[in-house]
Order: sequence, then C-alpha cells, then structure tokens
Amino acid sequence: MATLSVCQPQYGGFSFENCKRNALLESEITKLGCSVPAARKTGTTICGVVFKDGVVLGADTRATEGMIVADKNCSKIHFISPNIYCCGAGTAADTEMTTQLISSNLELHSLSTGRLPRVATANRMLKQMLFRYQGYIGAALVLGGVDCNGPHLYSIYPHGSTDKLPYVTMGSGSLAAMAVFEDRYVPNMEVEDAKQLVRDAIAAGIFNDLGSGSNIDLCVITKDKLDYLRPHDEANKKGVRTGNYKYKRGTTGVLTKSVTPLDLEVVEETVQTMDTS
Amino acid sequence: MNTRGLRSQLKDSVPVTGLAPQAGAYGVPDTMRRGFSSVKNELLPSHPLELSEKNFQLNQDKMNFSTLRNIQGLHAPLKLQMEYRAARQIQRLPFLQSSNLAIDTLRGTDDMIGFEDILNDPGQSEMMGEPHMMVEYKMGLL
Repeated sequence: MATLSVCQPQYGGFSFENCKRNALLESEITKLGCSVPAARKTGTTICGVVFKDGVVLGADTRATEGMIVADKNCSKIHFISPNIYCCGAGTAADTEMTTQLISSNLELHSLSTGRLPRVATANRMLKQMLFRYQGYIGAALVLGGVDCNGPHLYSIYPHGSTDKLPYVTMGSGSLAAMAVFEDRYVPNMEVEDAKQLVRDAIAAGIFNDLGSGSNIDLCVITKDKLDYLRPHDEANKKGVRTGNYKYKRGTTGVLTKSVTPLDLEVVEETVQTMDTS
Repeated sequence: MNTRGLRSQLKDSVPVTGLAPQAGAYGVPDTMRRGFSSVKNELLPSHPLELSEKNFQLNQDKMNFSTLRNIQGLHAPLKLQMEYRAARQIQRLPFLQSSNLAIDTLRGTDDMIGFEDILNDPGQSEMMGEPHMMVEYKMGLL
C-alpha cells in the first residue's frame, strides 16, 4: 500500500512478502492433489583432489528438475578467480548466484589488498554468507585453488560448515565417487594419475546415481597454469540411429505432374551492411 | 564482514520490535497509515529468516561496537558512533534513494557486494511513495 511505504524505508535484499501467500497456496494445492513446481537442482557428483603441484576438480553435467533432466550439458565448475575454481551441487540458482557474488567480492578484495586472492579467503566469505542464511541457500560447494601457500581444497556445506581435506566429494553421487577415492588415493600424485582418478570417481557417480549423468568436466589448477577441460570425457553419448525411416523417392507412384512458373519482378533492391566488428 | 569471534558478542542484542502491533499515535491500530492489521499475521514471522535479516545490519554494528569497546575502551565506539550520526544525516529527501556513500565507507561495506545490492534494489522498485506525505511524515507533521 502507498501509505505503508511512507513509514518504512525500503531495503534491498531478500523480500519475505510472499511467504505467507506461498504457504497458503501450497496447502491449497496439496489439498487438490497436485504438487508445487520444484526448484531446479543439480543432483550432482562433484569432487576434488589435491595432487603434487595443484588441485584437480571434477563434475558431471546433468541438471535435474524433479524426475526430468533439465539440462544435459550444464557447467558446474564456476569461476571464482583466475587461480580458484568452485564446483557447485544443490539448487542450481543458489550455487550460480553464490559463486558469482563471492567471485565479485574476492575481486574487489584482491584489488584492495593488491595481492592474488587466497583460497582461505574465498572459503571464509562463503561460509559466513551461507551461515547467515541458515541453510536456506541450498549450495554445497567444493572449492579448490592454488595460491601463495600452495594448493588447497575445501568442501562447504549449505549450513556453513567447511572441511579442509586432500580429497572431497559432494552431491547425490558423492558416495560412489568417495568409494573410488578411498580405494585409490595416494598423497602427492602426478597430474595424469590425478586426472584419471577424478575421471573415474565422476564416472562412478554418473553410472551409479540417477541424479548425475552426461559428460565429465575437469579443471586442473596449478601454480602457473589452468586447464578447463570441458568436456573431458563424454561418458554418455546419445545413441546413433541404426535405421533410416525415410521413404525413398518413387515409393508412391506419380500419376500427373504440372509445373507453373511464378514470374516475379524485382522491384527494389537494398543492401543493409551487418556490423560484424 | 563479520570478523569478530563469538566471545565478544553483546549479551543482550537489539530488542526485536519488527512485529509490534500496529499502534499509531493514540495507542489504537492506525489503519490509515499502516493498513489493515490482523493479530495472526503479526504474531509469527512469515519466514524464520525474516527477523534475523531485518536486524542483521543493526546486530552486526552492535557486535562490532561491543568488541571495540572491550578491546580499545569506551572512547572508540563513542567516536565512531558520532561519525555514524553525522554520516546518517547526509541523505536526500525521503522519497528519493540516497547513495549512503559516507555510511558505507565508515562501515567498510563500500567494497563488498551482497544480496542487498543485487536483489530488490530500492532504486528500481515499481512503487514510489507519495512525496508530500513522506516529507510530512519525516517532519512529524503527519
């Protein structure tokens, strides 16, 4: 109401105006037997491992919306800073917005300090923001990067708790991926072994979990180099049709044929140049 | 950014008046200014985060000031609050959106982006308050 906006100053951020209305609508809809539309989740397998010179992050590429695959090739490894990347599981919008927000904040912070951002800074910022919203922002993240103190890998849960570990997995396929890690992880691996290990862990998640699928994306971060391999491995190729169901010319007999040419006159010809710069 | 530890938090934080009954000047519900009221709507918050988000900045400031008082003595929060009071007076007219640059610089939030900058930007809201009423309300004439 116009009178209400007189007394209270307007603030940005989350607005809880529609919560009561939504709760009412939900109870009405469930009484009728339908269901409310679900948010798009990523239902994922994401993992990361620390090797000799850096960090390898891996993710699958399927985004689900309830029981339907919403996106067959979505990108789950988000950019935080040139030396730090973050994989996101949980509600797709939450992970996207959270990582973009932290990426901007980290950029401002690094401009203000004049130094390359550290992974611990990104971790601290993420954990404080997620705790502030008490788990209502459903973003489970695997944060990895290389800074002046070496390679670091963190896993961050939606309520704000974090773990600093040499290998982490998150998402619905995390158990399958963790099984592979627990079997074959050794400290101080070479880069090719680490890539193979992460690829196998994500493949385990893809083949054993319904919420994960499609391709495997990898991101190898070392002190000097960054490799964003998308897709690294197409584990699930869409099948090729074996038969051709088109009818050949001449299947239906032709009885008569008449051709009428259309005489068109060119009245005006204009050329509009495209801006291809 | 909340960089204070748990030990130095203020024991009695900001009293929550977010859901007080819509009392106006004479103690009865002021329907003209605050609209129709219903006890059921005001008893409980519509979302668990509603109150905590409404008072977030206030609680942060209180926490920071109390830490500062414990570490450096009473003069530190007193001087800072004087500066805040001065900065808070640099505002545009009530119906226009002020940039709050001085307050942001003092708080340190001028190089931070949060959800309050992205979502629901008050500078881009579809509703605008009636300018005459808002100025009168601010002056206390209404």
